[in-house]
Amino acid sequence: MSSNNRKKLLLMGRSGSGKSSMRSIIFSNYSAFDTRRLGATIDVEHSHRRFLGNMTLNLWDCGGQDVFMENYFTKQKDHIFQMVQVLIHVFDVESQEVIKDIEIFTRALKQLKNYSPDAKIFVLLHKMDLVQIDKREELFHLMMKKLQETSAEYGFPNLVGFPTSIWDESLYKAWSSIVCSLIPNMAIHQANLKKLKSVMNACEIILFERSTFLVICSSNSSHDEALDPKRFEKISNIMKNFKQSCTKLKSGFKTLVINDNIYVSELSSNMVCFVSLNNSDECQQMVLENITKAKEFFQ
Amino acid sequence: MNDINATDNPDSKAMILLLGLRRGGKSSICKVLFHNMQPLDTLYLESTSNPTVEHFSTLIDLAVMELPGQLNYFEPTYDSERLFRSVGGLVYVIDSQDEYMNAITNLAMIIEYAYKVNPLINIEVLIHKVDGLSEDFKVDAQRDIMQRTGEELLELGLDGVQVSFYLTSIFDHSIYEAFSRIVQKLIPELSFLENMLDNLIQHSQIEKAFLFDINSKIYVSTDSNPVDIQMYEICAEFVDVTIDLFDLYKDTQRNRKDSDGKAVQIRPRELKNVSHLGNGVIIYLRQMIRGLALVAVIRPNGADTESCLTVADYNVDIFKKGLEDIWANARVTSRQESPIGSS
Repeated sequence: MSSNNRKKLLLMGRSGSGKSSMRSIIFSNYSAFDTRRLGATIDVEHSHRRFLGNMTLNLWDCGGQDVFMENYFTKQKDHIFQMVQVLIHVFDVESQEVIKDIEIFTRALKQLKNYSPDAKIFVLLHKMDLVQIDKREELFHLMMKKLQETSAEYGFPNLVGFPTSIWDESLYKAWSSIVCSLIPNMAIHQANLKKLKSVMNACEIILFERSTFLVICSSNSSHDEALDPKRFEKISNIMKNFKQSCTKLKSGFKTLVINDNIYVSELSSNMVCFVSLNNSDECQQMVLENITKAKEFFQ
Repeated sequence: MNDINATDNPDSKAMILLLGLRRGGKSSICKVLFHNMQPLDTLYLESTSNPTVEHFSTLIDLAVMELPGQLNYFEPTYDSERLFRSVGGLVYVIDSQDEYMNAITNLAMIIEYAYKVNPLINIEVLIHKVDGLSEDFKVDAQRDIMQRTGEELLELGLDGVQVSFYLTSIFDHSIYEAFSRIVQKLIPELSFLENMLDNLIQHSQIEKAFLFDINSKIYVSTDSNPVDIQMYEICAEFVDVTIDLFDLYKDTQRNRKDSDGKAVQIRPRELKNVSHLGNGVIIYLRQMIRGLALVAVIRPNGADTESCLTVADYNVDIFKKGLEDIWANARVTSRQESPIGSS
């Protein structure tokens, strides 16, 4: 593995847009309800997460009040914007000062262009649950078009955006794609998973990171029309809740078998696989044996 | 008024009345329990203007009728006498975050009336919205409300009436726990069920077993060991996990079998979910009859987990058979009784 496996992620956005809430839900096992107890972030809060064993995510949660913001772009700019792999910029959809939000985004882009031009940029339109359901898509497209133009100007043409909310599974979808973009040997995982799928005659196999339950990859493409397009995030959400309730029995989760048909099992110390079989008449031992054998390919 | 007439229907034998002052949280309780509504979404509920009835059929057919808070039950046009006579339980919701003196007076009046009409009625009081109170204050509020209610009843000469109190909130599992206990009082077969569950857990290294209603996650019965609310939460969440994961891939199963061209009738599979945890504990779920599910926590204590599960499977099969027998007999007796009841 290359030595450069420390990834620096900048989490930016204006004050109150929900940056720390996201971080707490994805990485610290908070429930959405718990996040209302979070106070304002002072300056930058660093957190280090080991992800998939050999990768370390350095998450810089940058407090969004104007005083701190001003600081990031002036005094601390070389400190903050150096060696950045990913910028995650969060927009509050309810914000009154959209112009100012975008202005801050452009200032961040300007600094990134100077200090780390290879950074990947993600924008999250957060708090989507506060918008009426039929207006969400329109609002998202409108906002993304504007942001796309802005970021292209500063040399980051392929901007990726997600509508998110902490109250549903959209948050997991966004963070899965962000983190997946950092995993180097994705192609190998994908190929292995395809092979495993044919060996086990499975309908689908999904690979999850163990502690955060973010989706790493799946054997099927996400737009397989027979399946629920939001299933990855839903499984993340469900399993995370279950893991949470396991802690009440002072234990971690190991395996789960529903109707001899859906198998969820640990694959390695940092991965969990979710297998859905085509037919439910296979012998349970055999399926579990297959999963055990597969372990060595996913270390 | 149509809803009230429905109470004479012999199908809904057990009926719970949900009463309270306005804005006490009655509709929210119904929505959270029976419609899986997120507790936060209940903030936007409109004020209820008509009595609404929620039916749910588990081992018994149960209906919960919610009455609007602003209603005066003693208006002569309102047929409250028949209503009170037909119900098995009366649940009064008191908002603990609000001034509750009015509520207690109102409660005492309702109890007096209900008791006169129907002396067999179970009276339950939910001291509701306790999520906003601190731990000390909860105890104080409960003691205060219990004492004041006692005094009110004494004044009315009703000191013999049994009133049960529960501290509840829709933001945790306390409301499910309280409703479970209330529902259990209305199930005549409860003692058999409890005995059967006791037998089951003794012989299969089960630590705790619950019989859940899948839709509402109210438990119909449990073994006679004391209920630990945490254990209940784990089991209730396990029902959620099972249903949610199962539903995700349910449709693909059906499609695939059809596309094979074989005209195989898909046999209805009963839901089963087994989960092993890191410390050897097994959580076990099996679907029983009539929307019920058995959830058990098995501790093998060093024994072989495979054989442990086989024993559990076998015993649960017997338990299920027993449930079917009870259910078959319960139906026969209720049919025999109903003509007598209506005459």
